[in-house]
Amino acid sequence: MSVADFAFYAFGFIILVSGLMTVASKNPVHSVLWLIATFLGATGLFVLLGAEFLAMLLMIVYVGAVAVLFLFVVMMLDVDFATLKGGLAEYLPIGLLIGVILLMELGMIFGVWQFADGAEAARAAITPNIGEIHNTAALGQIIFDDYILIFQLSGLILLVAMIGAIVLTMRHRPNIKRQNVVAQMHRDPAKAMELKDIKPGQGL
Amino acid sequence: MDELLRNYLPLVIFLGLAIALGLVFIVAAAVLAVRNPDPEKNSAYECGFNAFDDARMKFDVRFYLVAILFIIFDLEIAFLFPWAVAFKDVGLIGFWSMMVFLAVLTIGFAYEWKKGALEWE
Amino acid sequence: MINADIQTVMPELVLAVFAMLALLGAVYTGKDKVARLLVWATAAVMLALALWIGTNDAGANSAFAGSFTDDAFSRFAKVAILISGAAVMLAGRATMERRGLLRFEYPVLIALASVGMMVMVSAGDLMVLYMGLELQSLSLYVIAALNRDSTKSSEAGLKYFVLGALSSGLLLYGASLSYGYAGTTLFSGIITSVNDGHVGMGLLIGLAFVVAGLAFKVSAVPFHMWTPDVYEGSPTPITAFFATAPKLAAMGLLARVLFDAFGGAIADWQQILGLLAVLSMFLGAVAAIGQKNIKRLMAYSSIAHMGFALLGLAAGTVFGVQSMLVYMAIYLTMNVGTFAFIMSMERDGKPITDISSLNLYARTEPLKALAMLVLLFSLAGVPPMVGFFGKFYVLKAAVEAGLTWLAVAGVIASVIGAFYYLRIVYFMYFGEENDGVETNMSPAAWVALVGSAAIMILGVVNLLGIEGAAATAAAALVN
Repeated sequence: MSVADFAFYAFGFIILVSGLMTVASKNPVHSVLWLIATFLGATGLFVLLGAEFLAMLLMIVYVGAVAVLFLFVVMMLDVDFATLKGGLAEYLPIGLLIGVILLMELGMIFGVWQFADGAEAARAAITPNIGEIHNTAALGQIIFDDYILIFQLSGLILLVAMIGAIVLTMRHRPNIKRQNVVAQMHRDPAKAMELKDIKPGQGL
Repeated sequence: MDELLRNYLPLVIFLGLAIALGLVFIVAAAVLAVRNPDPEKNSAYECGFNAFDDARMKFDVRFYLVAILFIIFDLEIAFLFPWAVAFKDVGLIGFWSMMVFLAVLTIGFAYEWKKGALEWE
Repeated sequence: MINADIQTVMPELVLAVFAMLALLGAVYTGKDKVARLLVWATAAVMLALALWIGTNDAGANSAFAGSFTDDAFSRFAKVAILISGAAVMLAGRATMERRGLLRFEYPVLIALASVGMMVMVSAGDLMVLYMGLELQSLSLYVIAALNRDSTKSSEAGLKYFVLGALSSGLLLYGASLSYGYAGTTLFSGIITSVNDGHVGMGLLIGLAFVVAGLAFKVSAVPFHMWTPDVYEGSPTPITAFFATAPKLAAMGLLARVLFDAFGGAIADWQQILGLLAVLSMFLGAVAAIGQKNIKRLMAYSSIAHMGFALLGLAAGTVFGVQSMLVYMAIYLTMNVGTFAFIMSMERDGKPITDISSLNLYARTEPLKALAMLVLLFSLAGVPPMVGFFGKFYVLKAAVEAGLTWLAVAGVIASVIGAFYYLRIVYFMYFGEENDGVETNMSPAAWVALVGSAAIMILGVVNLLGIEGAAATAAAALVN
């Protein structure tokens, strides 16, 4: 077993165990932490494949941002997770059944490990040799040119996500004093202050 | 393949060291430390009275809004890396395609700014 | 080359740019005060685009290295999507305003969802397919929960989102299997990997996952569970939108994948679609009988209708696709009218959705009741109405393709289904006296109701010429 094989099995083991723990943990915060461990394992697998850019993306986006968001959501929800888990026994048989069926289908796919004619060549045609060109550069060369339509559509999807997040969660509370930067910058002593000469012995 | 893995050798050593050290601390605490727990000792400290409530309170939904806006821009940045690396090869189309992408997200940014999503209170 | 590509996606580009400008324009001016204006402007742009696409006879173009196809099929679907989207938005404007839900993001999101749908029906690549689908779905998740102060609306949005994400996962898994086994994501590449009428085992499982993911989007049984809850929980004008354009877009996308990518293996997917069709027709017909809420009833009705449309697709012939398109066009027209009525149902200013509130409705509003009678008869497929011809074409296509048992099942299901439509008619004309219902309609909603009812009768002549367009569209897809 070479080092690469060993590393593959180690990362695979990490992914499987932490995936299982994500589902099985009682505390939802622990679930999120196990999920992060799963992402880390997947990062390792990407590195083994030589896809360093995707590995770093997984770290930055999933571990750095998505998992944090998950934590927020878990803390935001006022859900009694104990009662949620109570339904486990009820749904376990059907869940297992579906799992077994999916496993059988996976077995079938694996059993007939047979590609269409020319599939390998077609895949190789768009992925340059990893020794010649770095995979980040290889991605860059096709995303912005060949896949420009998909790239721009992803921009639109991000825009929709932005609009959606604001539409659904932003509440503008009325009657709250907010900072008005422009007004603040235009302020000067002449407008803001008024000097009154008050004679001794008299009120205002 | 092995070439690639050898590049990561420092990282592997570093991670191994970090994990080993972390384990040493945990194991040492478990083995060596004196443990004498008591319900009163373990309860949350409040000035003289019992805790009213669970320490884990619900988060304000505004944290979520900030986090999700962060993710969106995080993803936008992620696209910039391959663009920058392949800048010499992408040509004019690649350049403008990134400019359009950024413009779309800038529109989103202008929207959320004007909408007040970036203000806290 | 890029210029020609941009030329091909010009309608989508125009709509997307319009949506972004509208977003910016509204947020920098009156915010929600300009929402009404924005609804009109968005509808106008969508109708103008529909006219442009409809009159543009550019043949078949493919852009972006084959990942985007503009042909008669996509043009037919786009015109139907744009017109029904605009009609629903106009008909629902007054209701949204009365409920205080008319925010300026609503027309913007509808426009962006329409861009997604237009991309879906033009997809020539699994990745473009997914992007279009997500653009559409994400916008729809948001507008489903637009009434965020209502638990039901939030629940609808959440359910739709979670199950939609699950279906996207299935679809992506299928797409990656297809990519792995075919070596390409281009439909034109996948179709070359089909040998002698069958696909390999790996590709077959990929196909099954893709179809399952898309069946979620058209709400075909057994992937229908979200439909009644989402229909019930969302504000009615938004339910109306869900029931129309996205259904056609998903159906068009399904047809595209099946014929453009897996067209050589019709026998392989015919069984899957046949099963989906039979289950949908029967579950839609049987489950709707017990419903007391008219929105849930319409949800089951849409499930049953999707079953019929899938029946046309399952035929796997040019005529089958043509019948599916005709059926969908009729379905959209009927639903626009029916929902224009449902969203106006109120009592003391509060929306109500009880079927029993329609008792003796014909006494107070004879014209609207008559229009509803026509629409419900048409939904049930009662002969003189256009809805009957839709069902007839689909069944004929199924019989011609040798799927006689499917057609027989379709006939039985439509007879069962007719019961609950006719029950509403019975209530409206002969029900018992009770509190009644008020239906104050904006002129736009009135036009939508009466207009679609009129089409259901006048269309008998030659289906208003839609058949020819559908035939051209089907011929462009199947070759």
